Amino acid sequence: MKLAYWMYAGPAHIGTLRVASSFKNVHAIMHAPLGDDYFNVMRSMLERERDFTPVTASIVDRHVLARGSQEKVVDNTMRKDKEECPDLIVSTPTCTSSILQEDLQNFVDRASISVNSDVIPADVNHYRVNELQAADRTLEQIVRYYLDKARRQGNLDQSLTDVPSANIIGIFTLGFHNQHDCRELKRLLQDLGVKINQVIPEGGFVEDLKKLPKAWFNLIPYREVGLMTAIYLEKEFGMPYVSTTPMGIADTAQCIRQIQKHINTWTLILMNQKLDYEPYIDQQTRFISQAAWFSRSIDCQNLTGKEAVVFGDATHASSMTKILAQEMGIRISCAGTYCKHDAEWFEEQVQGFCDEILITDDHTQVGDMIARLEPSAIFGTQMERHIGKRLDIPCGVISSPVHIQNFPLGYRPFLGYEGSNQIADLVYNSFTLGMEDHLLEIFGGHDTKEVVTKSLSTDKDLVWNSESQLELNKIPGFVRGKTKRNTERFARQKGITGITVEVMYAAKEALSA
Amino acid sequence: MSSENITFECETGNYHTSCPISCVAWLYQKIEDSFFLVVGTKTCGYSLQNALGVMIFAEPRYAMAELEEGDISAQSNDYEESKRLCFQIKKDRNPSVIIWIGTCTTEIIKMDLEGMAPKLETELGVPIVVARANGLDYAFTQGEDTVLAAMAHRCPERDLLINKRKVIQNQTIQDLFSLFSPKSKEETLESLELENHPPLVLFGSLPSTVASQLSLELKRQSIQVSGWLPAQRYTDLPSLGDGVYVCGVNPFLSRTATTLIRRRKCKLIGAPFPTGPDGTRAWIEKISSVFGIKTESLEEREQQVWQSLKNYLNLVRGKSVFFMGDNLLEISLARFSIRCGMIVYEIGIPYMDKRYQAAELALSQKTCGEMCTPMPRIVEKPDNYNQIQRMRELQPDLAITGMAHANPLEARGINTKWSVEFTFAQIHGFINAKDVPELVTRPLRRNNSLEDLGWTNLIKKDNEIKVN
Repeated sequence: MKLAYWMYAGPAHIGTLRVASSFKNVHAIMHAPLGDDYFNVMRSMLERERDFTPVTASIVDRHVLARGSQEKVVDNTMRKDKEECPDLIVSTPTCTSSILQEDLQNFVDRASISVNSDVIPADVNHYRVNELQAADRTLEQIVRYYLDKARRQGNLDQSLTDVPSANIIGIFTLGFHNQHDCRELKRLLQDLGVKINQVIPEGGFVEDLKKLPKAWFNLIPYREVGLMTAIYLEKEFGMPYVSTTPMGIADTAQCIRQIQKHINTWTLILMNQKLDYEPYIDQQTRFISQAAWFSRSIDCQNLTGKEAVVFGDATHASSMTKILAQEMGIRISCAGTYCKHDAEWFEEQVQGFCDEILITDDHTQVGDMIARLEPSAIFGTQMERHIGKRLDIPCGVISSPVHIQNFPLGYRPFLGYEGSNQIADLVYNSFTLGMEDHLLEIFGGHDTKEVVTKSLSTDKDLVWNSESQLELNKIPGFVRGKTKRNTERFARQKGITGITVEVMYAAKEALSA
Repeated sequence: MSSENITFECETGNYHTSCPISCVAWLYQKIEDSFFLVVGTKTCGYSLQNALGVMIFAEPRYAMAELEEGDISAQSNDYEESKRLCFQIKKDRNPSVIIWIGTCTTEIIKMDLEGMAPKLETELGVPIVVARANGLDYAFTQGEDTVLAAMAHRCPERDLLINKRKVIQNQTIQDLFSLFSPKSKEETLESLELENHPPLVLFGSLPSTVASQLSLELKRQSIQVSGWLPAQRYTDLPSLGDGVYVCGVNPFLSRTATTLIRRRKCKLIGAPFPTGPDGTRAWIEKISSVFGIKTESLEEREQQVWQSLKNYLNLVRGKSVFFMGDNLLEISLARFSIRCGMIVYEIGIPYMDKRYQAAELALSQKTCGEMCTPMPRIVEKPDNYNQIQRMRELQPDLAITGMAHANPLEARGINTKWSVEFTFAQIHGFINAKDVPELVTRPLRRNNSLEDLGWTNLIKKDNEIKVN
């Protein structure tokens, strides 16, 4: 047992449902007790979805417990087949059906006989994988199923498209700014003269999956979901893939160069020509995107040496770390991710860009780390935003898990050149604005509140006398917390319990010495 | 009174509702010195995390005991594991009670929570109450029912207090009294002074202001409420026993009612629920009649409230409403809506206890008779898919539904109100009568402001054919 208040990644079945409901005309049937269908609420509320979420629960109740599901799952599958005529029904296990050890494959086999839809059981283990891993696996499973089917039926078309083309894999429902990113990626590929063959799973039809191998290469924008599919397609069809996330100016260029490499392998053979994207990269970097200019502009100087903490999923946290460190000159005190299953890759990515690395899915550890480091800004998930609120540190949200405000109606990609503009805005607005910062320092801060006592530590063994409190009040608001913390740390080291002005100055001296 | 019989139907039970463990969300706030430990999986945790929304960041007094693979396959010792967690909770939060919420998983692996609790309780020195609020057996608000039923066993025995009354001056007994908090002591003494009726305990978790409003309404009729289950603090649980009268304030508390009657020998006052001015009046009248007390100026009070609702009533009169059903408040809300002049097409409800809700059903029937509308069909364990088909036929002016269906229905031009809001809004008593019509009319008022834009149907043509 584990005492848990909050989790970064949801349970496995959420991942399966996210993939299934992103496809068009695919229905998922969960084998779950009443109330487990809150996925429908999440999708309907967060994505403000207009259509009914194509997810039904085959309810597990006392009767099922006593005598097994028997006909129930099969009946529900047949019923959905009649009502909705989906192309595919994904039979989804939950933690409950995992322990019941019911043979989903058997249900699926029985149902397949009498339905028109295809039926497959999602092959995910509830106790071993999380939401993201399950989504990755389910996507691969569906793709594999339809390619195998096409191969069996002999209608698998492996001929490449006439012009360079790509599949974008891993855009799906409830993903962090996925819809906007998808639009930006399409625009980017269009600029490069690359046709979009397919985008999966969002908005795709399973019957079209057999055309996946027609693309020249696959683009995997996010590390978490799509990689398994890409690896499968590479192994099976020799399709190359680009998995560099085009987030930030440098990595977008990197991504484009990789695309160029893959395309040129074929253009040389097919068209006897070689594409060169360097002029495009240069043009975009220097003049179209504002981010490169922004980091050279005078205002951005104030960000130099400021400290930040980054936490999120592997893709966003690593990209963000690199952008802040490389492209903006901000010091990253700590970069971390909750994708424990991908820790090695993450460490490799951020190595050299940050002071320390934190791999954990325990939000209290993240909170303690932030309280200890006291950065000027945090870039994290909604959880870090709330930690920031308590510690009075601004936070920009860069990764799931997110709230409804992170599903903006306006165009807010994180990827590509427009994405780099958006990120620059987010970063700049998160730090106290340069001039404001400067003036606050000169005039001693604008808040006249009592001593800030907000902290995550609960130690109250230190007493500040009235003079030292007054003195603390004179210190500008934004560094007051840090001064207080340093003084207390110093006092504790020296075994002092009462804090006087003398102790404060001694602490300051000891620190700067 | 209508002579028409009420028809009950039962569908497939494929409907959307919240998991009963959601009751943690409001109960931990109500019982200030409690700590709720939900023994379940990531699925339960994620459900709570999403249901609680921003509350989750306010250091809530609840946590998951997340079961891992070792717990499921019995490689770890349940008792040792729970002990470790509970000692940590005691150290960090020092609660007066820890409430274990059993989930589907603990049911399926047959974890003996009830067996472990008493043993651990002695070791830990903190009471442990076990409630099995799982989705296998219950829906949404019934979670509160399981918790309160479990708590009913922990209420002190009333006999003790009767003896105390005889020797109230006795100093040694006075010492005993100090076991209770000063507040409950005061209340007990106060109730001992008002002796015109046997003790009355109300059950159902309400925000404390609403609870005191209802107590005050009864006090106006010289009825003294001697306690609430639950009280603001666990240490203030009311005393129960033979001769104590109990009355419910919410329609989903049938298990608690049964426990109070059978195990604590209390007498249940079966009354309609105090929702809406009509319900509140009927509720007070029923309690008064049981105690043989004549009510004073209740009718005037009710009329006054109706007067104040006039603007709302003009909006809702003649409008039709469809309850999809997910929180068991449906019968009383429908009855209130009918009294407001609305037409109810269907009352979906997860579970219908005809005995516990008998008085409410009778009042509904009477209301329909008086308002000259047929008694709507009551659909137990509804099937959401079928309901949506029926709604397409009926085109109600308003659907009261869960959040999973609200946006899709709105996009198809059907106004909706989230049913969950009725669970959290203050809808009890005369003073809060306004809140139900306020909620019900919100989509109607919104429509009045957006009416002429011509954008009611916001889905593409090919999606119209598909309804789910």
